[in-house]
Amino acid sequence: MQTLLRPFAIKSPGDLARIGVILALAGLILFGALRYDNFLSPFNILSFLRYNSMFALIALGMAFVIITGGIDLSVGGTAAMASVVAALLSPYHWAAGLLGGMAAGLAVGALNGFIITKMRIQPFIATLATMLAAYGTGLLLANNQSVSVSYDTGFTVIGQDDFLGFPIPAWIGLVAYLLGWLVLEKLPVGRHILAIGDGEATAGLMGLKVERTLAAVYLASGTLAGLAGVILASQFGAGQPTEGVGWELFAIASVVVGGTLLTGGSGSVGATLAGALLLAMVFNILNFENGLGWISLSAYWQSVIRGAFLLVVVVLQAKLMTRQRSG
Amino acid sequence: MLLSMQGISKAFAGVAALKSASLEVEPAEVMALVGQNGAGKSTLIKILTGVYRRDAGDITFDGKPVDFTMPAEAQSAGIATIYQEINLAPQRSVAENIYLSREPKRFGMIDHAAMRRGAAAVLQTFNLAIDADRPVAHFDAATRQMVAIARAVTQNARLVIMDEPTSSLDEREVAVLFETIRTLKRSGVAVIFIGHRLDELYAICDRVTIMRDGQTVAKSPMADMPKMALVRHMLGKELAAFQAMAPDQDVPERPVRLAVDKAGAGVRVRDVSLNVREGEISGLAGLLGSGRTETARLIFGADRMQSGTITMDGRARAYREPADAIADGIGLVSEDRKIDGIVPDMSIRENMTLALLPKLKKAGIVDRARQDEIVTKYIRALGVKCASPDQPIKELSGGNQQKVLLARWLATDPRVLIIDEPTRGIDIGAKSQILKLLRSLADDGLSVLMISSELEELLAAADRVTVLSDGTSVATLPRRELSEAALLAAMAHQVE
Repeated sequence: MQTLLRPFAIKSPGDLARIGVILALAGLILFGALRYDNFLSPFNILSFLRYNSMFALIALGMAFVIITGGIDLSVGGTAAMASVVAALLSPYHWAAGLLGGMAAGLAVGALNGFIITKMRIQPFIATLATMLAAYGTGLLLANNQSVSVSYDTGFTVIGQDDFLGFPIPAWIGLVAYLLGWLVLEKLPVGRHILAIGDGEATAGLMGLKVERTLAAVYLASGTLAGLAGVILASQFGAGQPTEGVGWELFAIASVVVGGTLLTGGSGSVGATLAGALLLAMVFNILNFENGLGWISLSAYWQSVIRGAFLLVVVVLQAKLMTRQRSG
Repeated sequence: MLLSMQGISKAFAGVAALKSASLEVEPAEVMALVGQNGAGKSTLIKILTGVYRRDAGDITFDGKPVDFTMPAEAQSAGIATIYQEINLAPQRSVAENIYLSREPKRFGMIDHAAMRRGAAAVLQTFNLAIDADRPVAHFDAATRQMVAIARAVTQNARLVIMDEPTSSLDEREVAVLFETIRTLKRSGVAVIFIGHRLDELYAICDRVTIMRDGQTVAKSPMADMPKMALVRHMLGKELAAFQAMAPDQDVPERPVRLAVDKAGAGVRVRDVSLNVREGEISGLAGLLGSGRTETARLIFGADRMQSGTITMDGRARAYREPADAIADGIGLVSEDRKIDGIVPDMSIRENMTLALLPKLKKAGIVDRARQDEIVTKYIRALGVKCASPDQPIKELSGGNQQKVLLARWLATDPRVLIIDEPTRGIDIGAKSQILKLLRSLADDGLSVLMISSELEELLAAADRVTVLSDGTSVATLPRRELSEAALLAAMAHQVE
């Protein structure tokens, strides 16, 4: 019995927050389903998943980075640049676009890892610099405008088509999250990532390969951002050098709402997905609310409401955690 | 021989930390490694475990020459280190901490079941019944230490290094730790035990290696090394040379200004009684870890006293925080200027009046004229060598920085000044200046409690000295009884 219940055992303050986000997500879905006619329609569900897979991918990489106690501000710029690279390469072969975009992301991730572990620059500063550089590179490559993708090589299939009834971006996201869960929960390196976030010096003294592990985490974050850029280009038919602004903040918000501590050493892949979906769901519900015709919220107001929602969630989590600690 | 380190030298930025130090450990023995702060113990251990690289010397472990470049290499060779600030990942479970970096695997994935079983088994050998799934942070210091030792055991360590393992343990926990060490010995594991509490060293260690000033100054079986001799080796004083210059001067018994009676808090301060008299310099002596600084913090209200009383001018006091003590006329110049004392980029003026600002306000604004007056007065009175009061304090020498700190407290007009290691990191000339300054302040009526680990300093400046050993005041020696020998004897806790 005890073994059966083990996955649900609350052992750390983070656990409670993680259960909270899943409950909140379920609550919002219930709310939407009861209030709006087409909320659970296949169209809404599929387009929701298709569009938000990009953000979920970035949040996954960000979760790993934040678990190590770091931050990756470059993901938005990286996605924008990767979308341009993918669009430019898409006429040659759909795979050229896919791999090229991912390679662009990988390159930024590798650079981040190098700057942070070898040159010992704070992740915040290092990725701030590469964020600016990535945006700039994207704009240069794109000549300051969006770059249309090729519709002949099948590149648009990646972002626009379905497989077994589900959008391909959603499949990509699902596979990425399963891999992420496997790495964090089942592979030694996942435990090492958590231990590094718990204390880098300690982890080093325990014989863990701190630098190599950190570099790999930033590499993964960059590559996932690159993949998100590929989906962006494929879904909207163009490489978009000016997209991606604020994506890193959305990703950080998703991770935090998912109960991962910004101080590192604790976090969960599943709750990160729930966090990303939760924030996206708020948008979706606001759109439906507009559709009812009683109120009309501009995108700016939506942003304000989302910010307020994030604040409420974070404050609630903090309260939960202090209660858990003292209790 | 399990471990042999010979002729180990190491310099940091041109300053020698180790000068041809040596250390030998046999299998299944507990080797005490002792020395004062800065004697080179930790540097030697860090070189052994691959944290630092040595400049010169040879290390053989298990008969083979070794040269570890990373802690991981030393670990896989069978050398485990348990640091003072127990190095475990606090949010990870006990089982994970035991196996971190060597997780049992099945098909490349962590075999959680095997890990749990293994952890339970090893904890069992130490009679530790805890839930290995709980995060390490849930447990107390002693249990965390056991977990760290369990980790070392599962690494098949042949040599376990323990850096002040008892510093945060109570008596019962120390007993459990010693039992664990004996278990290790029985299975052939050697232990290097770094510690300061003499009773503990004699209780658990087979041999002792004593270091001083970066050198190994004595090696001997524990049984052949009397406590007095051990302390003398650590402090490096030849008794005969000092007995000759023992002062013979009587001090009148002045009224007691600050009295501490049977003060206790935790394991660091157990039972401390001392008196600080009007216009006197009282010394507070003791080996590293004897509770000197902790006692000062108790008096100052920085830590909460759990038992005992403090009396100031005949009235019982309970300081809840330093502000209370300061209001009552107590000042504390702390040991580490860089950490607790100076604000390096601020000017001498600002550093000197930091504690005084609330009193310098006029309509909420700092009264610049009065500030100038005070700063000029103390720069002159203490002889602070500086270009101008607006020079950043970091540009001053250590001795002058200390004077500015001293001035900061003097400006608050204290009646009792506690000063922790007043001459640490200060050159010889400045040392005697600071001591003279303290003397003249005492002559003006100030009561000084001077904490020092330098015997010459206590002998030269103190009117009486209270000696702490293991958190307990074991002797108070008035000036006429003060001698190097008497102090050493009290420190070694062998008062007849």
